[in-house]
Amino acid sequence: MLSLIVFLPLAAALILAVLPAMPDRAARWSWLVVTVAELLLIGVLVAGYDTPPDGGLAFEERLRWIPSVNSSYHVGVDGLSLPLVALTAVVFTACAVYAIREDRRPRQQAALFLFLQSVSLGLFVAQDLILFFLFFDLSIVGMYFAIAGWGHGNAARSALKFFLYTFLGSLALLLGFIGLYLAADPHTFDIPELVAAAPLAGRPVVGGLVLAAILLGLAVKTPTVPFHTWLPPAHTDASAVGSAVLAAILLKMGTYGFVRIAMPVLPEAWQAWSWVILIVGIVSVLYGALVALAQSNVKRMIAYTSVNHMGYVVVAVGAAGILADDTAAARELAVVGAVTQMVSHGLITAALFLLAGVLYDRRETYEMGEFGGLADPAPRFATLFAIGGFASLGLPAFSGFIAEFQVFAGSIGATWVAALALPGILITAALFLRSAQKLLTGTVGGRAVGFPDLHLRETLPIAGLLVLALFIGVVPWPLLDLIAPGSAAVVELVSR
Amino acid sequence: MVLLWTFIVLPAVAGAALCLVGRRADRPAPAVSVTAAALALGAAIAVAVLRPQTAVPFLPGADFGLAVDALSAVVVVTVAAVTLLVLLFATADIDDRPARFHGLMLLFAAAVGITATATTLPALLFSWEIMGATSFALIGYWWREPDRVSAGTTAFLTTRTADLGLYLAAGAALAGGSSLVLADLPGAADPWRDVVTAGILVAALGKAAQLPFSFWLSRAMEGPSPVSALLHSAAMVAMGGYLLLRIEPLLAATGWAATTTAWIGALTALALGAVAVAQSDLKQLLAASTSAQLGFVVLAAGVANVSGGVAQLVAHAATKALLFLVAGAWLTALGTKQLSALRGAARRWPVVGVAAAIGALSLAGVVPLSLWATKDDVLAAAREQSLALYLVGLAAAALSAAYAGKVLWIVWRDRPADAEAGYDTEQEGTRHVGVAEKISLVVLAGGAAVLGLLVWPPVGEALRRALGETAAPRPGVLELAISAVLAVVVVLAVARWPLPEPRWAARWLGLGPATQALVVRPVLQVAEALARFDDRVLDRAVDATGPGTVRAATVAAEVDDRGVDRAVQGVATGTRRLGGLVRRTQTGQLHEYYIQAAVVLGAGLVLLLVVLI
Repeated sequence: MLSLIVFLPLAAALILAVLPAMPDRAARWSWLVVTVAELLLIGVLVAGYDTPPDGGLAFEERLRWIPSVNSSYHVGVDGLSLPLVALTAVVFTACAVYAIREDRRPRQQAALFLFLQSVSLGLFVAQDLILFFLFFDLSIVGMYFAIAGWGHGNAARSALKFFLYTFLGSLALLLGFIGLYLAADPHTFDIPELVAAAPLAGRPVVGGLVLAAILLGLAVKTPTVPFHTWLPPAHTDASAVGSAVLAAILLKMGTYGFVRIAMPVLPEAWQAWSWVILIVGIVSVLYGALVALAQSNVKRMIAYTSVNHMGYVVVAVGAAGILADDTAAARELAVVGAVTQMVSHGLITAALFLLAGVLYDRRETYEMGEFGGLADPAPRFATLFAIGGFASLGLPAFSGFIAEFQVFAGSIGATWVAALALPGILITAALFLRSAQKLLTGTVGGRAVGFPDLHLRETLPIAGLLVLALFIGVVPWPLLDLIAPGSAAVVELVSR
Repeated sequence: MVLLWTFIVLPAVAGAALCLVGRRADRPAPAVSVTAAALALGAAIAVAVLRPQTAVPFLPGADFGLAVDALSAVVVVTVAAVTLLVLLFATADIDDRPARFHGLMLLFAAAVGITATATTLPALLFSWEIMGATSFALIGYWWREPDRVSAGTTAFLTTRTADLGLYLAAGAALAGGSSLVLADLPGAADPWRDVVTAGILVAALGKAAQLPFSFWLSRAMEGPSPVSALLHSAAMVAMGGYLLLRIEPLLAATGWAATTTAWIGALTALALGAVAVAQSDLKQLLAASTSAQLGFVVLAAGVANVSGGVAQLVAHAATKALLFLVAGAWLTALGTKQLSALRGAARRWPVVGVAAAIGALSLAGVVPLSLWATKDDVLAAAREQSLALYLVGLAAAALSAAYAGKVLWIVWRDRPADAEAGYDTEQEGTRHVGVAEKISLVVLAGGAAVLGLLVWPPVGEALRRALGETAAPRPGVLELAISAVLAVVVVLAVARWPLPEPRWAARWLGLGPATQALVVRPVLQVAEALARFDDRVLDRAVDATGPGTVRAATVAAEVDDRGVDRAVQGVATGTRRLGGLVRRTQTGQLHEYYIQAAVVLGAGLVLLLVVLI
């Protein structure tokens, strides 16, 4: 079942790639059909998911792959990965709808995004470090072509910067993985086996170095300050769907790595380094928000808010490693919040990037100063942008609030230092209100004059993503019930 | 339980639907909205009697809990009634995109319903911030005018700053081993209990526009008058006071918090009373008076007089909603809210004028109207604690008589002959006040007159019994007489002598510019500086590694070409030369070989000697 889900888009991508005569229309629609099929399959998966006992995996599959280094094709899902698998399906479907009128090499774009979908799904279900690393690197390659091939402005340069920076990060990750392999006895790349063995327990120096390598790789991808500078240019110059996938899915690979690999496999090192992680998180929250506040380009602004939002995740996982009496419940809440934040940020930021794409489609600029009073010519755009902004600043009734409330309540419950990140939610509020004010209100002026409102193909995916964020915000327990056992397991493992 | 959810979900769904459908719903919007508000009022009365409670799963370990007890019963009915009357008024007053207006108002009303009945911190924070967001949208309702939108932004950001206290409180509660149920918070361990208390206190003061947050309420007057009538009298700001009444046991448990709360309330009542006296714009005067009157509610929470506090809250809600609607009716009809231009306005529409007089007299604390009774009830408890607190409160009461008297005399003076010249300065007046508007005013005026009953037997006794405050201090005859005489004397004096309007008070104590200078501008400057740092230092450092790497590669290529390759070449050449030399030794003549062998042996001997010695 999982393999079908992972490789169906890849198979479709290959078919699209080898059929150059396929009409554009057929290519676009077949992309949409495959993403919808994926959505249905994952719906079946979620419906059939029961939290496995003892922190195990559901829908597990394991095949011989590279036996010489004890690496196998091992996949499975649990409460940490299933929400991200579902998020992937949702975001890619939204992108397929949004791009249903794409006229720049639509067949190639469809193939590329289907490839990226396979890679992303593969990463979230991977239970073997080599497999994880393979998908991690392939995602970088795929996104490089997405930016370079369908971007605008300085796309080639931004794509190259993105590629080199994150690829370098992935090498650090690989180094860490090899360290884990060598430390395990018997040597293995299998994640559950490594989790059970916790190979570097009692060896603080080596453990610290291996964790540092892994953290570096994940921090570049997340990204945290100061490894974030590839993100704004990559977003600014990427196409709308490219940005949506980059922010919604690819960034999560970094944060997912924290809870899937770094915390459970290296508990001792994680505890030792948790203060550093927490502080990096706090700095990312505040720095990302402040720099976003100073932007005049709406897409760069959203990109920096990603640094801020991923900062909350880092704060939560950092706080989860700070052990003290009677804080287990608070630390679990923080990790639940972190995973919720991954899902929430994926939905909301994807919607915001699609909205930003609408600006560029119509007027070839992201400068907020060039617009004004958009609410008049484009009320649908204005409504969705305002809702998206409020959702992103963590307004209750949207998923962001659920995530951030848990992150803060849990993290502050674990250590008061986490409270230093609180101004982040205030600054994000300020920047979204400012941007909404500049873009949407006032008298109609600049390039807002005659701005065509959203078409159905734009309204549907954006509204769909925000409705999901609203649903999670009002009825959060189905998602939280899914995540909570996984988070409890992570907190227990990291407390060893 | 179904009724409780009806009370919340019905306005929420109706409001969301109106907002989403937008312009096409403009025609049915007023009818839909008034119907929904009427049904919600019915549900509110029902839940006030039946006292249901409910909890649904929300976050791990923290349900979404709602319940109606004696305190919230009073508040939900008040809020629902004022909502209905304000929306009825708005059917006549708001004709620009009514669907959006009524939709947002209903959403807001639903959020207030949750706030008033929330039993857990997540439920409270949930509705608390939705109130803030809808207030942003309602203050900035006329979004084509940038000033109004930025007034909404100011309101949202100021109150959200204070809201951070609730996030902190939630974390501190967990750290202190407490659950997130409001009633459990006093059981949190020290020092976390103090943090919880401080967090909630700050959040409540922000919403209630108490010092030092009061300035946002001044800007909020940019919004339509019905918005002020609901949000800035009965509901949002009042919810700040309500929250303090709700957590009174927590304030009392920490000790310091109760005293702090009481003094902030009393000082806000005094300072913002002075601000109100100095205003020349009717809505600004009413806004400052709202902060001041809620100061008495906050004071009540600090001195553990919950029944008096909630009575003050209810009486103020009716009085101030009435006065804001009066201001709105005149603004719509005459196009101005400047007091100087409103001279004699009360005589033009007697119903409006009489309602305004009742509201102003109640606000002034004139016997036997509502705020006279409720304020004295609060002050009696304050006197029990501290004479200074009582005297400050009494001075604040005198100031309310002063500003209320100021309004009263101006609007009831003879209309000057050139009155029309002062009209239409802010918008085009309609010179018309509708029936729906008058109905709302009359009902609210009735409330403003009689709601003082909430502190007198038998209603007051029942309320105190329900809240467990039977032993609470009650105002004595002397105190009642002092405040009654004081109010009348001040009101009469205002008619005779003009009031001072010092600049510091007219400008709301300079709180807004101070925040701008001390908080907003520095934050923006830091943001700009960090953005420059990000571009010019961090990013450039990363970019420099690119050319740096290329340069290193070029150097390596040079070294490769000139160094390594030449060395290899050199080795090859040297080897060839050596080969040539060696070939020369191959002469084939034995004696030469013999000499070579002797030389090698000699060299070997020397080497051996060197090594050994």
